[in-house]
Amino acid sequence: MTAPTLPTSVARRLRIDPLGALVSAVGAVALLCLPFVVFKANRVLPGDPHALAQVLPSSATLGCVLVLALAALAALGVTNAWVRLAAALLGLVAVAAAVATAGNLLTPPGNKVVRVAPGSGFWLLALAIGLMATDAITRLRPRPIVRVAMLALFGAVAGLALTHGEFDHLSVMREYAVNEDRFAHEVRRHLALSLGSLGAAVILALPVGIICHQVPRLRAGVLGALNVVQTIPAIALYGILMAPLGALAAAVPLAARLGISGIGAAPAVLALFLYSLLPVVANTVAGLARVSPAAVDAARGMGMTRRQTLTGVELVLALPTILTGIRIVLVQNIGLTTVAALIGGGGLGVFVFQGIGQTAIDLVLLGAIPTVALAFSAAVLLDALVETLNRSPS
Amino acid sequence: MISIQDLSKLYGTTTVVDRVSMDIERHSITVVVGTSGSGKSTLLRMINRLVEPTGGRVLIDGNDTTHEPAHLLRRRIGYAIQGNGLFPHRTVAENIATVPRLLGWDQARQRARVDELLAVFQLDPAEFAGKFPHQLSGGQQQRVGVARALAAEPEVLLMDEPFGALDPIIRAKAQEDLLDIQRRFGTTIVLVTHDMDEAFRLGSRVAVMSRGRLLQYDRPAMLLTHPADPFVAQLTGLADRAMRLLSLTTAGEAAVPDSSSAPHSSSVAHSSAVPTVAASASLREALSELVWRGADSASVIDASGAPCGTLTVAAILAHGRRIDA
Repeated sequence: MTAPTLPTSVARRLRIDPLGALVSAVGAVALLCLPFVVFKANRVLPGDPHALAQVLPSSATLGCVLVLALAALAALGVTNAWVRLAAALLGLVAVAAAVATAGNLLTPPGNKVVRVAPGSGFWLLALAIGLMATDAITRLRPRPIVRVAMLALFGAVAGLALTHGEFDHLSVMREYAVNEDRFAHEVRRHLALSLGSLGAAVILALPVGIICHQVPRLRAGVLGALNVVQTIPAIALYGILMAPLGALAAAVPLAARLGISGIGAAPAVLALFLYSLLPVVANTVAGLARVSPAAVDAARGMGMTRRQTLTGVELVLALPTILTGIRIVLVQNIGLTTVAALIGGGGLGVFVFQGIGQTAIDLVLLGAIPTVALAFSAAVLLDALVETLNRSPS
Repeated sequence: MISIQDLSKLYGTTTVVDRVSMDIERHSITVVVGTSGSGKSTLLRMINRLVEPTGGRVLIDGNDTTHEPAHLLRRRIGYAIQGNGLFPHRTVAENIATVPRLLGWDQARQRARVDELLAVFQLDPAEFAGKFPHQLSGGQQQRVGVARALAAEPEVLLMDEPFGALDPIIRAKAQEDLLDIQRRFGTTIVLVTHDMDEAFRLGSRVAVMSRGRLLQYDRPAMLLTHPADPFVAQLTGLADRAMRLLSLTTAGEAAVPDSSSAPHSSSVAHSSAVPTVAASASLREALSELVWRGADSASVIDASGAPCGTLTVAAILAHGRRIDA
């Protein structure tokens, strides 16, 4: 009787986690074949690639590799999600410490010209470990509030390390030091553009969605028109809006005094607003359509007025779907706002396009990394909100 | 009393309900039965003006229902539907208190009514008041749906296929409960169904509809013995109409009182040799019991177990015979 169970238990014990295999393979390639850091004599020159072992003292290299090997083992063979998460975070700390140390070691004291940029090996390693960490968190199925707490904790640790100066010798932080005063301003502007356009869009899109739900004949037309807007590339839409807004500013002095012009924030906000409409309208319609017809019939049959039925039953039940639409828009807007810099709208895209203009990839990253972080955080926060609403519907 | 007068509903040129007139007695259960598309639901929904009639009118206690705003009218009329339509985001107590809250009852009165109704429907208030609908079984959801419809003590209760989503055993229980509830509160109930058995079981009067027309509105036995239309005969079931007729009379009603002067000794004799049938059982059930036992007669006993008469197979069969034959 025990004979047949033995091979299966061995097989189960030896079963290799598919995602772990992928992550480990990518990590190994990144560590062994790709440059961990790139040393540049100044910010625009192409640099010299360095492997981890070429930069760090052998003991530190050994320590880092050992930690990463342990993380890989956990990724391959451990099923406990907490262990996998701990291993991933440990790996992340090791890689971050290694890149910070590399920056400090490669930079001659007092030299502000040389740049030590994280290399493709570092980025790929970080990506692999990040994937392992998010996979572990997904397996843990933490409650929404726990996910938000995790995000806050991660943000706090990263923020502390950055402000403490651990990474000051790395190229992106060098760019930050140069642009420090503008950075906070552009982040605020980025958020103002993406959140402001979203807010305005929700104010219009909710009633439009409700009307589309109540008057099915309007639905196809409105959604079709918004779909067309959605297919216009961002840059093209900014361009299209330039002419009418410029003309408006020229013709109506009040508009010009309010800050409306063909370039700048006005077309940026307007374009983002237009992009925001479709997901919110479409999800409002879908959310209302999803509400059980029996519940609506019962509400009306028991003597709720149309307004009471809409606000007390239909919208409440559609809220998770509507919020999902808002989540899509928020993440999309945080990304699209980057392009607003092209027409003088400001935001983190300023660094991206300046960096492209100056072939300074580090400056591009100064714009891109915070954008990704903002979008990711927004997604986690709104996902948590949607899930909370779905779990306790009252 | 509900008086439906010449009521019609047209959608474009399609007539869904065609000049229906009927009077519904107070404190009765009236069942409207018909195939799908017969207009029975539309007829029901015109009583509380979820559908506005194209022609005709509805009077409740002599008052035209169009003389007050529709939502105020509906708060006075209970409404229960198939799939119960409970609000998934509200607790059982909040669901039941829907109309009382709309009517502005104070909290204490709402809570007292919710607890009372939960008890009536055999749901422990302490356990169920705070639950959400998805935490209940189908039968429990259905009971909460009816409790909600009765929350504001309506004199009229409209029910649109209320038991359609239940499995047969729970449905039979729900029908039994509804009869109890009707007796307890004296509510005037109008119930729509496509299930003939349900109509015969619940209805003191049954209205048969087809293609928007009211074909016959009568007592169940009359539908069987004097169908006004071939469709009524077909719908009531030609093959087992005799059995249906038997199911409309109880054993107690048909029993012949024992002539014996010594009921005690006769009851002893019955208990050993003659099968017993409850007085509340239908003749159909009594016949089935006799066929099963291979007996010619049964002793009918009342709820306390005391014999109240005898029932023979021949007597039962006579009840199932065409009356005018």
